[in-house]
Amino acid sequence: MSSLLQADEASALLAAAIRGELPDERGRFGPFGGRYVPETLVPAFERLEAGVREHLHDPRFQAEFRKELHEWVGRPTALTFAPRLSKRWGAEVWLKREDLAHTGAHKINNAIGQAILAKRLGAKRIIAETGAGQHGVASAAACARVGLPCSVYMGSVDMERQAPNVDRMLRLGAEVVAVESGDKTLRAAIDEALRTWVTDPEGIYYLLGSAVGAHPYPYLVRELQSVIGEEARQQMIDLAGGLPDVAFACVGGGSNAIGLFYPLLGDDIELIGVEAGGTGDGLGQNAATLATGTPGVLQGSYTIILQDDDGQVQETHSISAGLDYSGVGPEHALLQATGRVTYISAQDDEALEALEELCASEGILTALETSHAFAAARDYARQHPGARILIGNSGRGDKDMPTLTKYPARIRNHASA
Amino acid sequence: MQAHERISAAIVAANDSGRPGLVPFITAGYPKPADFITTLKAIAAMGDVVELGIPFSDPMADGMTIQRSSFEALRQGVSLKWIFDQLDSASGEIKAPLVMMSYLNPLLAFGYDELADRALAAGVCGFIVPDLPFEESGDFRAALESKGLGLIQLVTPATPEERLRTLCDASRGFVYAVTITGITGGDAGLPADLTDYLDKVASISSLPVCAGFGIRTADDVAAVGKHAAGAIVGSALVEVLEGGDDPQPYLRSLIGQ
Repeated sequence: MSSLLQADEASALLAAAIRGELPDERGRFGPFGGRYVPETLVPAFERLEAGVREHLHDPRFQAEFRKELHEWVGRPTALTFAPRLSKRWGAEVWLKREDLAHTGAHKINNAIGQAILAKRLGAKRIIAETGAGQHGVASAAACARVGLPCSVYMGSVDMERQAPNVDRMLRLGAEVVAVESGDKTLRAAIDEALRTWVTDPEGIYYLLGSAVGAHPYPYLVRELQSVIGEEARQQMIDLAGGLPDVAFACVGGGSNAIGLFYPLLGDDIELIGVEAGGTGDGLGQNAATLATGTPGVLQGSYTIILQDDDGQVQETHSISAGLDYSGVGPEHALLQATGRVTYISAQDDEALEALEELCASEGILTALETSHAFAAARDYARQHPGARILIGNSGRGDKDMPTLTKYPARIRNHASA
Repeated sequence: MQAHERISAAIVAANDSGRPGLVPFITAGYPKPADFITTLKAIAAMGDVVELGIPFSDPMADGMTIQRSSFEALRQGVSLKWIFDQLDSASGEIKAPLVMMSYLNPLLAFGYDELADRALAAGVCGFIVPDLPFEESGDFRAALESKGLGLIQLVTPATPEERLRTLCDASRGFVYAVTITGITGGDAGLPADLTDYLDKVASISSLPVCAGFGIRTADDVAAVGKHAAGAIVGSALVEVLEGGDDPQPYLRSLIGQ
């Protein structure tokens, strides 16, 4: 996609991104981003933007946020060396353990940050969308923590494949609203959450879970998730003795990836985002938005999307609900266009295989989303022997058990060993 | 007369004949693509301006009725290209000015310049783009204005007064006053404080103001007609069409005929 920008424009934009100057005052990451929302929501977005400007970098907000990250989320999360995986791959593999964060994924960083913000902005209730259910669970927990009612919109297809998370949300006090319209997955859930927000733009705070949508969400979510990369960078220096050669993260909307990558943009580290390759390259068989998509406007942002020639957004397929999305955050679109981050994909079966390998060699059941990053990292290690690899282990795989049980576990007999 | 001025003139002409302007909305190609032009002619014979919905995969400002019609039209292969081809084939037979309601992405994919050319040729006089706020609309507005086409701005009860002035000033054809804080297809009735809001928009706008969202009955049309120049009827009409009924008696009933 580098043809979207001239070479000099690309390098100027990348430099601006590294200096922390993006998005600009119009919410743009170069050509990408912006705010394409219904008129009813324009004042709500303006209030949100003003609220973010007032609070996000205010020392009192930051103190409360950091305290909650430490005492309630359990940060900093560990950086774990993976000795057996390193040996198998012929590389040096380090894992940033977001799976150890409260509620089991990186989503909680953003959820608690926005819940604190919502409280400060005087919201009466919170709505959220969810795909894999991790953001729904994180939102339910964060809302309970700050004392605000929470309604989670979830596609009915996702409710079925992530049933344990539905139950967790309910127990954490959230209302779970089944979305039967559209593709009945994450994209339809976002549409429905936006429709609900339109009914009460002053009372409702929309806690968006990924670095997507209209300005200021891609910025807000990146700022709240950057703790991942900030910690990982320092931990690599402290524990591994230096920065990695390469960092991998899975990309659906792209919140864990931007959280890991953003603090590393200025370093001499290769950055690789891994999308869901599904079952193949055909339209509708995957969710590899950056690899196969084209520029367009989806859900408030000008970004790369999966669409047909008529501009109709296409349905996606991935074994992992959290990557099953037809768009991607606008900052990723820029990072691809500037060439700073490379985006590739891993297919369903490769992700499953990687999940098995990580379980058996390191005792970590990772999320199906995250497994895509492992599959790509393993291929990279084959071509780059001895490389020092950092993988964003964005979430735990317990919530994937309903999917995994369709692929029976190997039965072992250890008595004879 | 520029294309967008035809829209204003049609509403004013209705007002001059002693009734509010009627702006029926249909989703193009729904319920049956084969009946599109027949249905459009029947609607256009009753409506002063006709709003033509372009189906989209993610109609985020629309309720269940328009969503359903949009998805079904897409399933049956309706596209913007197809709609223009159909309109071209009916060229000259539809007198009422047409306004296209589309989310931005199908328009982006079509290309703004070709879109403006084909719209003008097909009798389309203006566009309503629910996910294109004024701040993002510069390129699209320029492409339309070069052909005399209008970009109709929506205002809502949540719009602050200063912004209301900006939007009324920028609008062409008419000002679309959304009656409720919500999505299309509401059946909760019109809000009690609607008259103050519509009076305020009308006092600011130099163009006719048409009210839309949640207008279903002759009483609704009469109520908004006292404070706005026209009434837009969408979901309720789409429901008549999907029930297989003749839309003309319904539309006639709305203006007390």
